[in-house]
Amino acid sequence: MTTSHQVAIEAVGLVKKYGATTALAGVDLTVPTGTVLGVLGPNGAGKTTAVRILGTLLQPDAGHATVGGYDVVREAGKVREIIGLTGQYASVDEDMSGRRNLAMIGRLLGYSRSQAKERADELLERFELVDAGDRIAKTYSGGMRRRLDLAASLVGHPSILYLDEPTTGLDPHARNGVWETVRDLVLDGTTVLLTTQYLEEADALADSLMVFDKGRVVASGRPAELKAQAGKQSLDVRPAEPAHLERVAAIVTEAVGARPSVDVVNTLVSVPVSDGTSMPVVVRRLDEAGIAVTELSLRLPSLDEVFLALTGHAAEERPADAVLEGAGR
Amino acid sequence: MSTAVIERPKTRPFAWVQQSLTLAWRNIVRIRQNPEALADVTFQPIIFLALFLFVFGGAISQGAGWRGYLPVLLPGLLVQTVVFATMGTGVGLNDDFAKGVFDRFRSLPIARISPLIGAVLGDAVRYSLSIIVLMASGFVLGFRFQNGIGNGLLGMLIVLLFALSMCWIWVWLGLKLKTAQGVQGIAFLVMFPLTFGSNIFVPADTLPGFLQAFVKISPITYLVDTERALMGGGALQKPLLITLAWMVGLVAIFAPLAIRAYRRRT
Ligand SMILES: Nc1ncnc2c1ncn2[C@@H]1O[C@H](COP(=O)(O)OP(=O)(O)OP(=O)(O)O)[C@@H](O)[C@H]1O
Ligand SMILES: [Mg+2]
Repeated sequence: MTTSHQVAIEAVGLVKKYGATTALAGVDLTVPTGTVLGVLGPNGAGKTTAVRILGTLLQPDAGHATVGGYDVVREAGKVREIIGLTGQYASVDEDMSGRRNLAMIGRLLGYSRSQAKERADELLERFELVDAGDRIAKTYSGGMRRRLDLAASLVGHPSILYLDEPTTGLDPHARNGVWETVRDLVLDGTTVLLTTQYLEEADALADSLMVFDKGRVVASGRPAELKAQAGKQSLDVRPAEPAHLERVAAIVTEAVGARPSVDVVNTLVSVPVSDGTSMPVVVRRLDEAGIAVTELSLRLPSLDEVFLALTGHAAEERPADAVLEGAGR
Repeated sequence: MSTAVIERPKTRPFAWVQQSLTLAWRNIVRIRQNPEALADVTFQPIIFLALFLFVFGGAISQGAGWRGYLPVLLPGLLVQTVVFATMGTGVGLNDDFAKGVFDRFRSLPIARISPLIGAVLGDAVRYSLSIIVLMASGFVLGFRFQNGIGNGLLGMLIVLLFALSMCWIWVWLGLKLKTAQGVQGIAFLVMFPLTFGSNIFVPADTLPGFLQAFVKISPITYLVDTERALMGGGALQKPLLITLAWMVGLVAIFAPLAIRAYRRRT
């Protein structure tokens, strides 16, 4: 069910107000077919509002959007036939079993009873919910509910999928499972719009990124472009012997022409650089001085640093149960 | 992803029927999961019957005792019971909506009316249960159909259909109001005057003039008269026609309002 359009999702000047709050203040976005757009932003930035408009749950106050070539307001019915939506808050029926939830959606989509059942089994399998399949969803853990919700949005083989913070609250194993699923879907040609608080997740999955803040797009581009846009690279040197820290710092100062920061706790010498030209000099000097290092790298800024630079404030505190940062690559 | 792909079927005409039935099924499954939610249609009718029969029976029927009051009270109480049960539909729908499943339904390519019809049809089970419980209790206490069993059963059917028409008011309000408490508040505000300000418990001519005027236009009155005629005896045609007219009117007005509220609710 891939659409013939090159552009899967296109929004122009989306505005949404809730009383005095402006949730979206004119958002433009384009997602080419078969790609993943990651939408980042702090709490209240307008991510969910954008997803709900593109998912036909909400009408914009101004601007317009097309999904698969269909207008989200005038042709909402057509849009619903090609999308799948996993909202920020689970939208499963807590009083029914996981299997019944999925079968019900299959039936609503017009599958026969046996097809709906087959599809439900398939999805339970894929999301490792087979054992819990016949328990009512109320008894599921937060992560299981999240997975069921994701499964529910896939019943109809959507060609365009919205995932609003799909891995919030998932453990690293389940999160990896979701990532795998998203990658598989993309291989099959699905277009994905994904919002997330986790910079790492956006970096891992998205072809392009957008950073929302206060209802506006404050930055967009490929992950690497954003990193380059937001800050310089840094040269990191980690001596094997903590006692060598000062000598390494002196070598780096001489090679780069700027005094590096010395992190005694992590035994790390780090200095911002504009390019990699000083790298060979540092290597040679270290060699001459006979200093062994465990790390020598030219590093792009992390997305966390990018985020801080772009929005002027740090990404929001992560919930304590989310063990995501640093768990990946 | 080696499994054969089960393609999403093309949308067919009359798909909404299937969708409504699926969602009705959902509501019935949910009832089985939370049987305690049936208290309002099982114990409540029994308690009401016992209270009104034994507490007021002697005083109201003047000498005939509660046995004399039962044939008059039961058809009236039947009406009150289902009318009260209809507001549960609004409260339940509002509650359901707040939980997020409706976000799922609204993002699916299904007819707008399906979740509403599904809710109403699912609740038909609750209404039926309340009717059966109340009639069974009546029978245990000595109530009998005086006008043939066919008419008696027809009476039960009509009261069910009336409930299915009237509940559209609550579907609409359930979607319109923000909280389930709000729906319940309004419901009680309307239900008590509507049912007690009627001929359910006492003959209408014992009421003061202003109330009589209200009773004359209230659909409750005509439904009660219909039920008494079918289960006991008496003039049937006029109350039945007026009742049917009310049923059509209620659906014609409130079903479209409900759909509109459903569309607008975010
Ligand atoms: N139904 C609503 N009524 C009133 N204000 C709302 C409503 N929904 C969202 N808002 C406001 O709109 C703004 C954007 O909200 P939105 O949920 O889109 O943010 P978000 O980027 O998804 O945040 P989060 O990361 O916390 O999920 C917020 O200021 C929020 O308070
Ligand atoms: Mg959100």
